[in-house]
Amino acid sequence: MKLTLKIWRQKSPKDKGRFETYKVEASPHMSFLEMLDVLNEELISKKEEPVTFEHDCREGICGTCGLVINGQPHGPNKGTATCQLHMRFYKDGDIIVIEPYRASAFPVLKDLAVDRSAFDRIIQAGGYISVSTGAPQDGNAIPIEKDQAAKSFDAAACIGCGACVAACPNASAMLFVSAKVSHLALLPQGKVEAQRRAQAMVRQMDEEGFGMCSNVTACEVECPKEISVTNIARLNREYLSASLGSEV
Amino acid sequence: MNVKGNQSVESFHRRLGKIMWDYCGMSRNADSMKKYRKMIQELREEFYKDVFIPGSMNDYNPELEKAQRVADFFELGELMVVDALDRNESCGGHFREEYQSEEGEALRNDEDYAYVSAWEYKGWDQDPVLHKEELIFENIELKTRSYK
Amino acid sequence: MSWFSNFLTSSIGRKMVMSLTGIFLILFLVVHLIGNLQLLYDDGGEKFNLYANFMTTNPLIKTTSYLLYAFILIHAVQGWLLWRKNRQARGPQGYAVKTTKTVGTNSFAANNMGWLGTIIFLFLAIHLYQFWLQMKLGNLPMANYDGQEVKDLYAIVSVAYENVGFVIFYVVSMIVIGFHLIHGFQSAFQTLGINHSKYTPFIKGVGKIYAILVPLGFAIIPVYMYLFH
Repeated sequence: MKLTLKIWRQKSPKDKGRFETYKVEASPHMSFLEMLDVLNEELISKKEEPVTFEHDCREGICGTCGLVINGQPHGPNKGTATCQLHMRFYKDGDIIVIEPYRASAFPVLKDLAVDRSAFDRIIQAGGYISVSTGAPQDGNAIPIEKDQAAKSFDAAACIGCGACVAACPNASAMLFVSAKVSHLALLPQGKVEAQRRAQAMVRQMDEEGFGMCSNVTACEVECPKEISVTNIARLNREYLSASLGSEV
Repeated sequence: MNVKGNQSVESFHRRLGKIMWDYCGMSRNADSMKKYRKMIQELREEFYKDVFIPGSMNDYNPELEKAQRVADFFELGELMVVDALDRNESCGGHFREEYQSEEGEALRNDEDYAYVSAWEYKGWDQDPVLHKEELIFENIELKTRSYK
Repeated sequence: MSWFSNFLTSSIGRKMVMSLTGIFLILFLVVHLIGNLQLLYDDGGEKFNLYANFMTTNPLIKTTSYLLYAFILIHAVQGWLLWRKNRQARGPQGYAVKTTKTVGTNSFAANNMGWLGTIIFLFLAIHLYQFWLQMKLGNLPMANYDGQEVKDLYAIVSVAYENVGFVIFYVVSMIVIGFHLIHGFQSAFQTLGINHSKYTPFIKGVGKIYAILVPLGFAIIPVYMYLFH
């Protein structure tokens, strides 16, 4: 299939950036990123600079890839990361607009790659459990209700890709932060530091310059792991009770 | 970076991969591997003469990153064949066609080859030096597993 | 007390303020509607005028009304500040292709709360000028019911609704409020963390009904008065 791609090119963070149009020939068997690889090989053969985009596992599990394709982070398919989008969903003659995630907290590094270290700093602020890692305990030593464990698992599925921020009209990171807080807050081991964690991570999230949540729910729609906004409600509760009732 | 040749990093990666797949895959033999080692060395020389890496050295440059990995792969690929040639037995994922049982199963030689090979890099044009870490089993008797 | 200001100035704290003031306004609207439905009585305005008199003289009501003015302002001002902050968070470069989907069907309302709220604020400015200000400071005719002399607010309202322009203005404003509420009602609960599979569907259902019935109730008044008086 012959495709027209309108891709955002930006040499560096300071460069203003612009859209460039390319034509590429792709087979329906290719994945979206393979199609971009084909484009890049053509550009290199013409001694031009290839399009920079982030990727790693190409399996939908690492959270590295992230392109906004025709206005949707990770493209049109539900619960699917960019690397798992295949060209059979497109047809000959299609025009595809490819942009990087847009948020003040995610400055563009080059072309389609953005700096998502803000997420790393949020995790460093409190997204962990402090335990002495000696010999592992017996798995059943600490009882946990099955539904709690299931909710925690669902929240833990978050791969930190940032599509939620990209999708949100306010560039809010609430879905991400709430997934990370929920994942730990629902587990007995996580309850010990729950209040400290909620406050510290929200504080860091605010410092990074993310927007505020208006419950638009575009995040849940675009999330490749289908994380639910019920986690946001949980973070709101955790934060409120921590603010009002924590020791510190 | 200064080579400024004509071939992309990706094309070298693919060719290197094809050689590895054909001659140092699941099943190996001494003749093809000697040939393979030569092919690797030639391809590596071509890489350093004719690779093209776009962009600059001081920017975020994924092609440069890829080129560095492929440069490593050349050395690693050659080492794999040196190691495979040295180990004259079939053991685990290393299957030497010259050393198999009548039923086509792997034939180990524990007397001579019960060691871990640690190779010391001596430069491109030198053979690496083998350091053996002997495997001594005190409480277990070495046996052969049948996959039938 | 710095923990309190830290809480109120955090992103979540600010949204909770929006939520709480919004819920107060939601409750206010119910009371306001019930009171104003008395305009539909065919009694020359007696019930309505006595009610208006009560609302402007009763000390408990008056105290609550100060809270109301404060909360309207807080809701509007905080809303605009957050709207601005959120636009900054989005960054200077927008997407070339714009889509914002939502779970559920209120995508328009959810994405335009700022504009809807601003239109409501402008409506309020006119509405308050037209009726509330007149009641407080204007020279209203007086009416006498069994010896009790009260301001004839009914007369002011009737005159206003003889003007088809105002009737349309009110009906359109009520539609705007309806959109604002269809997102705002359930959003307020979500922001406060009140979300559970057992009762959230109920909250959403009540919110939808409220967002339709309350503005509809308000809109009926000017239309009825225009058509039948």
